[in-house]
This record gives sequence, C-alpha cells and structure tokens, in this order.
Amino acid sequence: MTHHIDVGSVLRRTVCDLYSNLVTRPTGAAVRREIEGVLAGLDSPSLTVIDFSQVGLLDFSCADEVVGKLLDAVHRQVIVTDAYVLVRGVRDDHLEAIEAVMQRYDLAVIVEGEDGAWRAVGPLDDELRRLLDVVQRQGRAEPSELAAALDEEMAVVKEALDRLVRQRLVMRDESAYVSLTSVM
Amino acid sequence: MTTVITVPLSLDDETFEEIFEQLAAVSPEQKVLIDARRTRWASPYGLTALLAVAQSRAERAAFAGPDHEETASYWARAGFYRHAEAVFEMHGRVPRQREVPWESTVLLEITDVSASDDVHTVVERIQARAQAILVHELHLDPQATLRFAMTLSEVCQNIVEHAGQGGWVAVQSYHFRQRLGRHAVVIAVCDAGLGFRRSLESTPGWKPRDRWDDGAALEDALVRGVSRYRDPGRGQGLAGVRKFVGRWNGKLSIRSGTARIAIVPAWDDAVPLQEGLPHFPGAQVQITIPERVTAA
Repeated sequence: MTHHIDVGSVLRRTVCDLYSNLVTRPTGAAVRREIEGVLAGLDSPSLTVIDFSQVGLLDFSCADEVVGKLLDAVHRQVIVTDAYVLVRGVRDDHLEAIEAVMQRYDLAVIVEGEDGAWRAVGPLDDELRRLLDVVQRQGRAEPSELAAALDEEMAVVKEALDRLVRQRLVMRDESAYVSLTSVM
Repeated sequence: MTTVITVPLSLDDETFEEIFEQLAAVSPEQKVLIDARRTRWASPYGLTALLAVAQSRAERAAFAGPDHEETASYWARAGFYRHAEAVFEMHGRVPRQREVPWESTVLLEITDVSASDDVHTVVERIQARAQAILVHELHLDPQATLRFAMTLSEVCQNIVEHAGQGGWVAVQSYHFRQRLGRHAVVIAVCDAGLGFRRSLESTPGWKPRDRWDDGAALEDALVRGVSRYRDPGRGQGLAGVRKFVGRWNGKLSIRSGTARIAIVPAWDDAVPLQEGLPHFPGAQVQITIPERVTAA
C-alpha cells in the first residue's frame, strides 16, 4: 500500500503552524522523526511518497535531516524493513539541496520535479540510469524483456537490477521488476 | 582605566581591522570606550561587528555613537541602537527607533540570532523583501530569491550551531561606486563566539595536524566542507553558500581568530587567505552579491 506524507503539514503540526519553510537542523530533525514514526508503523513492503509541494524553502541542513538521514536509515533498514520512498512536489531549488545531500550519502532517490517528470537524483552510473529509465517506462518487466530492450546480456542486466533493488529504486515482484511510480 | 578605541570615519570589513588591531592590544577585562563620534558611514559588517566587539568584552564596553545626525539616524534605521543598548553602556544621544523613517535599502535590519527560531524569522522576513531588489536592482533570476534565503539560513545557522552564543545578521543593498561601480546586496553575520578553530577542535577524537591554526580551520570548513560533527551530511551548508555565491559572481569572506578566507571574484582584489591578523574571537562573515551585468 502507498502512503502519502505531506511534509508541509508535518512541519506545521510538529514544529510551528506558522512555518512554511524547512530551515534549520532542529526543524528538519523534528519533521524527520515524525516521518520515521509513520514509516515504522507501516506493513512491509511499503511505498511512501514524501510530498514537498507545500514547503516553501528547503535549506541544505534541512534537506540533510529530512531527506538524507531518512533515506540513509531506509537504505540501511534501520527504522523499517523493506521500505521504498519517492519524493514529489519539489521545485528546482529544493532539488538542488536534495541533490547535494544525496551526493554526500552516496544514495539515489526517485524524485518528481516541477516539470512532472520522475528522475533519479543522486550518484548513479550511466548503466543503472539507463536501466532504471526502461523500468520506469515499462512499469513492470522481466529481466529478459529489459535485456532485449537494452541489447545487453541477461546476466549483466540481472546484476544491475539487483543493484537497483538494493538501492531501493525498483521493487522485485517474483520474477519481475517493478518501478516505484507504477505502484503509487 | 578606560581605553578609547577609535572607530574609523568609514567603517567596513577592511577598515574594521583598525578596530581589531586596537582591541588586540587591550586585555578583555579592561574597560574600553568605542568612540564612533566622528564616523560618517558603516556597512552592515561594520555595524554587526561593533556589536560583536561588545560581546567579546568581559567588562561591559562603553559606546559613543556618531555625532553626525544623518549617520546616527541611518544607524537607527538599520536597527543598530536597539541592539547596542542591550550590550553597550551608551554615551551621548541615542536616536529612538520611532523617530526615524523606514530605510528602503535595508533588506534586513540588524537581527539577533541565537536559536533556530531566529533563523526562521530571518528567512521569513528576507523572502518578503528581497525579491524586488534581487530581481529589479541586481537583475538576478527570480529563483535567486529562494537561494538567497537559503544562503542566509545557512550562514545564520553557523552561529546557532558553532558560536556557543548569539550573534547578529544584517542585509542591505548599496551602490558600490568605488569597488564595483554597480549595485550590490551585502549580508553580514558576526559573532564573538567560539570561532572556526575552536569549533573544529571540539570534534570527538580531534588531534592537531602539523599546520593547525585559524587559517587551516577556515580552509577545512570552507574548502573541504569539514564539520565538527561526524555525520556524512554535515558541512554542506557552507559548500552550498559557496556554490551560490560563485554562481552570482559574488564574494564570500570569513574572518575568524587571526585569519580571513575569501572566495574572491574577478571584480575584487582581496587575498584568498590572510593570516596573522589581530586576534578577534568568533566568526565574521560577509557576502557581497553584485548586480548582474547583461551583455548589451
């Protein structure tokens, strides 16, 4: 089941109902703890969409607290097992802060930008990026279909798909691989 | 005995060194009188750094403001006296805030920053006022307002996280006739707290390197993104500020202890790293963002 979290509402509920800007570490940490609490209560596997559309400013410190530390914990399966996260409603300035944070953690996340397009943000090599694009387009695909689409050897594609699963950028459903946005 | 510290006629980040030099010769316990009676002009750096001087003294410092009415009125409009009265022993006439009209070039009056809530206040205020000046006077992209507010948020957070006490921030627009010949917006953030070197030295397990001084600490923080915290996400605030300032062809300078580091654009001739300056505690940051020159 997909769970939506409106970060703007979390901010106003947990920190101050007058704030629309996600700035400062204590603010970011309070928002992250609230989101972690929600994630910890979800059944596995879970997909959570974190929505920034009601957030004014997102500074680097808050991006680190809310996105960096949260995804690091999800990736290391500290707060919850088998969780997947999508980020949406981000403006270009949000994206800049999120991108910087993802580089620091050496992690990637799928983000919907202002243009409505979903893209992987963070360090990801070209091979994985190409494969992810195809999975995103197809929604759900067998490794053989993906190998054919990319004109690659099956073993290479399978290995790359497993890396995408480990990075929590695609889900595995029996023998097929599923894009997070198709589940949403 | 009170030592008189003479404030230069024109007070900015360069001329403030004269004050630091005079202060370095006086022990912090000794009473000083900051004499600004002859001063005719001060930048946001000058005004916020004066407040930091008061913060650095064990014995409450005395302050005599500018005799020149227009200068005193301008300092009042910038919010200087409101804070000065709290930290200095005031001498002479103090203009009341209500006596002076609002100053349109002041984007952010001098504001004290000691907690995370103060940073929220600064960001809310600046967003409301900066758009017109950044877009119409400096001809920056409308998106620049958000990045400008991010910049301000990060430099203010440095006080909250690293100074160990409060500091002050001010933002103002100017016409920089001599140095630049164009409009510019200046952010100044000053405190007399721990400073970069002592902040980094508080890292658990920290050990001094062969070369370890204020200059090395500033290089670590600004160039290498080192923080006293071990989290991988730490240290990116200043890196982000540096990136934005570079994109706007701006100048960023940070003075701490006995050194000053600067990201220097082509229009300025500052030295990237100055060492052996008179010691002053804390951190004094100045960011200058010039009007964008578009090709004809």
